[in-house]
Amino acid sequence: MIGNDRLAVRKTYKLYVNGAFPRSESGRTYEVTDAKGHFLANVSRASRKDARDAVVAARAAFPKWSGATAYNRGQVLYRVAEVMEGRHVQFCEEVAAGEGLSSSRARAAVDAAIDRWVWYAGWTDKLASVLGGANPVAGPYFDFSLPEPTGVVAVLAPQQSSLLGLVSVLAPVLATGCTAVVVTSEQRPIPAVTLGEVLATSDVPGGVVNLLTGDAEELGPWLAEHADVDAVDLTGAPAGRAMEFEREAAGTIKRVVRPPVTEPDWTADPGLSRMTPFLETKTVWHPMGV
Amino acid sequence: MTHVLEPDALPGATPAVHAPLPPYDDVTRSDAAFRAFLHGLPGVDQVGAEARAAQLGTRSIKTTSKAWAIDTAISMVDLTTLEGADTPGKVRSLAAKARQPDPSDPSCPQVAAVCVYGDLAGAAREALAGTGIHVAAVATAFPSGRASRAVKIADVRDAVENGADEIDMVIDRGAFLTGRYLDVYEEIVAVKEACEGAHLKVILETGELKTLDNVRRASWIAMLAGGDFIKTSTGKISPAATLPVGLVMLEAVRDFRIATGRQVGFKPAGGIRTTKDAVKHLVMINETAGPDWLDPDWFRFGASSLLNDLLLQRQKLRTGHYSGPDYVTVD
Amino acid sequence: MSTSTPPSPARPVFEYAPAPESRSIVSIAPSYGLFVDGEFVDGTGEPFKTVNPATEEVLTEVSAASEADVDRAVRAARRAFEKTWGPMRPADRGKYLFRIARLLQERAREFAVLESLDNGKPIRESRDVDVPLAAAHFFYHAGWADKLEHAGLGPAPKPLGVAGQVIPWNFPLLMLAWKVAPALATGNTVVLKPAETTPLTALLFAEVCRQADLPAGVVNIVTGAGDTGRAVVEHGDVDKVAFTGSTEVGRSIARAVAGTAKKLTLELGGKAANIVFDDAPIDQAVEGIVQGIFFNQGHVCCAGSRLLVQESIHDEVIASLQRRIGTLRVGDPLDKNTDIGAINSAEQLARIRELSDIGEAEGAQRWQPACDLPAKGYWFPPTVFTDVSPAHRIARDEVFGPVLSVLTFRTPDEAVAKANNSTYGLSAGIWSEKGSRILKIADQLRAGVVWANTFNKFDPTSPFGGYKQSGYGREGGRHGLAAYLKGNDQ
Repeated sequence: MIGNDRLAVRKTYKLYVNGAFPRSESGRTYEVTDAKGHFLANVSRASRKDARDAVVAARAAFPKWSGATAYNRGQVLYRVAEVMEGRHVQFCEEVAAGEGLSSSRARAAVDAAIDRWVWYAGWTDKLASVLGGANPVAGPYFDFSLPEPTGVVAVLAPQQSSLLGLVSVLAPVLATGCTAVVVTSEQRPIPAVTLGEVLATSDVPGGVVNLLTGDAEELGPWLAEHADVDAVDLTGAPAGRAMEFEREAAGTIKRVVRPPVTEPDWTADPGLSRMTPFLETKTVWHPMGV
Repeated sequence: MTHVLEPDALPGATPAVHAPLPPYDDVTRSDAAFRAFLHGLPGVDQVGAEARAAQLGTRSIKTTSKAWAIDTAISMVDLTTLEGADTPGKVRSLAAKARQPDPSDPSCPQVAAVCVYGDLAGAAREALAGTGIHVAAVATAFPSGRASRAVKIADVRDAVENGADEIDMVIDRGAFLTGRYLDVYEEIVAVKEACEGAHLKVILETGELKTLDNVRRASWIAMLAGGDFIKTSTGKISPAATLPVGLVMLEAVRDFRIATGRQVGFKPAGGIRTTKDAVKHLVMINETAGPDWLDPDWFRFGASSLLNDLLLQRQKLRTGHYSGPDYVTVD
Repeated sequence: MSTSTPPSPARPVFEYAPAPESRSIVSIAPSYGLFVDGEFVDGTGEPFKTVNPATEEVLTEVSAASEADVDRAVRAARRAFEKTWGPMRPADRGKYLFRIARLLQERAREFAVLESLDNGKPIRESRDVDVPLAAAHFFYHAGWADKLEHAGLGPAPKPLGVAGQVIPWNFPLLMLAWKVAPALATGNTVVLKPAETTPLTALLFAEVCRQADLPAGVVNIVTGAGDTGRAVVEHGDVDKVAFTGSTEVGRSIARAVAGTAKKLTLELGGKAANIVFDDAPIDQAVEGIVQGIFFNQGHVCCAGSRLLVQESIHDEVIASLQRRIGTLRVGDPLDKNTDIGAINSAEQLARIRELSDIGEAEGAQRWQPACDLPAKGYWFPPTVFTDVSPAHRIARDEVFGPVLSVLTFRTPDEAVAKANNSTYGLSAGIWSEKGSRILKIADQLRAGVVWANTFNKFDPTSPFGGYKQSGYGREGGRHGLAAYLKGNDQ
C-alpha cells in the first residue's frame, strides 16, 4: 500500500531538559543548515528561562547522581556508548551534514565519540584511587583526601566539533558525578539533539544532562552568573566573550575552564584535564585512640 | 572453692542495701540497668583528652603562684610507704617528716596524711597524735584485691581498729573487666560500711583498666557506691597517675557534684615525682573540677619522693639559688 | 576572668602570676623597606605604621610598594626564574628549602614573639602552632623539589614562572609558608604581599632567605595595602596568583585575572558548622568547640563558628561550654598563659562589634563571661549566641572573631541540611562516637576539610581548601603542588 513515495515523517527538534523533550518556553526556533547552506531543520532556540529550568533540573538530579556508586555511574556511561552504537548511521549522517565531513571522516568522529564514552565509563571508579589517598600527618589522626563532584556544571560546548567535541566536554562532567547544563553548538546542534535521545534511553537519570540548543552568546551570561551553578566550562564561548563570562562567574567563585585559543584536536588523549576542574578535594581527619 | 572464708563467716559481712544518690537511685536495680547506665555515659576520645591534658601542662606557673602551688601541694601529700620491708620504725620516721617536712624552715606546711599498710596504722596513729595529720591505710587485699570479700572487709576493719581514719581500697578489676559492674559496686558499698567513720578512697588502678572510657565508668561506680575519694592507682602498676587519666577523673567528680550535689575528692597516686608534675595537676584541678577541689579535703597526692622535690623547689624560691639532696631528709 | 562559682573566701584562689615571654629576643628597626631582588630597598609608596594590637603601640614604619616597586619585584622574580632558580638542579632547590626550614626552627622563638607582637595572637599559639607548622611546611615541600615527576601530576611537570601571592593577617608567617614553600619547591619564584597590619614576620623571613643564601629575586616581599596587592595580582608578567583572604576580595581577584592565562587559587572565607550529636564525647566536643571558635581569636577562615548541637543535649553542652569558657584567659598575648589575645585591628574589632550587635538586635541571646579586658588595645571577649536561627546574620556572615552562634537540630538529615545551608564550604566538624555515622555525615557535608572528633588541625601533608564560595585549589599535600605546575592533569 505504501510505496517508495511515502511521505516522510519529519522530526521536531526540541530541547532535552529534566529527562523530557520540551520546546523552548519562548516558542522560538531557528533555522539550521548543513555545511553547504541547505536547510536541515528548525531547532528550538533556548531562552534564559529554559536555562534556568535546566539548572533547577540539574541541581535536583545532583544528589542521586553524585551519590550513586562509581561502578553504577560507569555502567550508565557505558550504556550511553552502547545505545549510540545503535544509532551509528544516524550520527554519521548528521555529523557529515552539519560539519561538512566526508562519510569516512564523519564515521571516524562518531567512532571516537562512542569510544570516549567507553573511556570515561572506565574512569568513574578509578578517580578516587588516583586522586585521593591517605595523608601521613604528624599526629595520632587518620587523615584522608577524596575527590568529590563539584555540583552543577554549565558547559558551553564546542562550536565546531558537534558530536565528538560535545561528548568530550560532557562525558567527563558526568564521570566525576557532576550534572550538566550544556549549550550545544549553535550552528551544528543536530547531533546534540540526537544525543539527547540517546541519553534519555540510556539509564541516565533525568536532569543529569540538559541540552540546550541555541546561542551561547545569549545564554552564557545567565549561566555564568547563575548562583546555583558551581562551575562553567567556557570551551565553546563565542570569540571575545569568554573574558566577560569568566568575570561574571567570579561573582559566586565558580570554577572556570577557560576556552582554548583555537578549538583543539578532540581526538587527542584528554588525560584527567577535563575531570579535575570539576572535582573538589575533601580532607577528613579522625583521631586514632582506644 | 577459692574462698578461704565464707562470705558470711564474719558477722555483718552481708551485702549492704544501698541506693545511690538521686537522680541515680535506680541505676543499680539490676546488672542490665547498671551496665546500660555506665555505657550510656558520654564516651572519652583518647586523643582529645590527651591533647587537653597536654595543653594544661603548658601553663607557666611562676613566682608567687609557684610558691603558693608548692605549699598547697605539700599540704596535699599523702606521704606514703607501702613496702614489704616497712616497720614501725620506718613509719615513725615518715610521720616525723610529715609533721615537719623541712626541718630548716618551720613555715613549711605539714602534709595531709601518712599512708601505710593496715597493720602499721597504729604506729602511724601514735606518731601523729595531736597533729591533725590523717592516717591512711591501704586495705582490701591491696594491691591486687584478689581475696574474698570477707577477707577484704576484715582487712578494712583491722585497719580502722588500728587507728586509720582513711581507707584506700582497691576495686575488683577482674570483675570490672568482665562486666560485673554491680559486683564492683556492691563491694565498695560493703567496704564503705565497714569503714564506719573513716573516709574511703577508692583505687581504680587505671593502669589495668586501659581505656579512658573504663576510667570514667569505674569513677562513676565508685562515686555512686559512696566513695569519698576516687584514686588512680596503687603505685604498683605502671602507668599510674597520668594527666589524661586525672583529667577524666576530675571531669567525673565535677559532673557528679553537678548532678547529685555531693563532692567527691580525687587522689592521683604513683608516678608523680616532681614539682612540675604536681603543679600540672593543680592547674588541671583548677581548670577542670574548679578551685573548690584545691584543698586537702578534696585533693591528695599519693607520693613519696615528690615531697622532697617540692621541698627543694621551695628552698630554691626562698633562697634564690638551687638546692641539693643533702638539704632535704631521706625517708 | 573568673569562673561562674566564686571560690570560698577562706581559700586563696590559684592565681597565675604573669608569665611573660621576653620580647628582648626581637629587635624591631625604626623602619623597614621592601625585599626586592635580594636587597632591602625603600618603597616609593606612602609608608605606613604597624601597631601592636594589644597596646596600640606603634611598632615600626614600613615601606609601601607602589606599582613601579611591584614591577621591579616581578622583574627580579622573572630574572631569577630564568637565570637561577628555574635552571637549578631540583635537588639543590630542595636543599635551600631545607635550609629555610632549619633557620625557621633555629629562630623560632624570635618569630613567635614577633608574630604575637604584630598580630596580637597568644604566644602559646605562635610558639606551638604558627611557627612550628611554618617550618614543617618548608621541610615537607623541600622533599618534593626533586620528586615532582612522581607526584602523579603528569610525567614532566613544569613550573609556571612568577607567582604573585597575597596573604592575610590572621596567620602571617604560616600563610607565607603555605604560599612560598610549594611555589619554590615546584621551581617558581615569588612576589609576596603580606597583610598591611602584619608585615613584620614576612620581613624577618626575608632576612632568613638571605641567611640561607637563597639566590636574589627568588623571594620578593612587597609590603603595602590593597593597592599593592592589586598591582601584584594585575601585573602582566605574573603567571600565577594565589590569594588567601576574604571572599569579597577573592571575587575581585577572580574578575581581575579573567581572560588572562594566569592560574588562580583562592582560599577564602567560611562559616563552618561544628555538629555535635547526642552520642558525642562531650568533654572533648566542648574542647573542640572552644578550639574551633576561639583559636586565634576566631580570626580563622575555617573557624567552627556555627555550633549545631542536637536538641536533646543542648542545655548540657551549653552549660559545659560556658563553664569551660569561664576558664579562658584573655589578655597580654606575650603571657604564656593567655588563651585569647587581641583582635588584630580597630577595623576588625568594629566589624565584630557590629555583627554581634546585629545578632542581639535580631533576637539571639548573647552570653559573655565576666571578663576584665585591658584598657588599651583591641579586645573582644569570647562570646556565645544561643537561640540563633539560620536566618540571622550571625548564622550566615563570617564574623572572623571570637563569636559562636549556636543552632540546634533533631535528626542527622536536619544537621546536614543546616550545615550545608551556606554559600561557604571550607570546613566542618562532626562529634559522635558512632563510626558509620561520622563517615556518612562527612560524605554529605559540602566542605573541603571535615574534622571528626577534632577541629582546627593542620598539617603540610594534608590538603586544605574550600568548596563553593570558600574558594578553589588546595594547599598542602600532593594536591597543593598542582596549583604551581603546568603540563599536569590537575
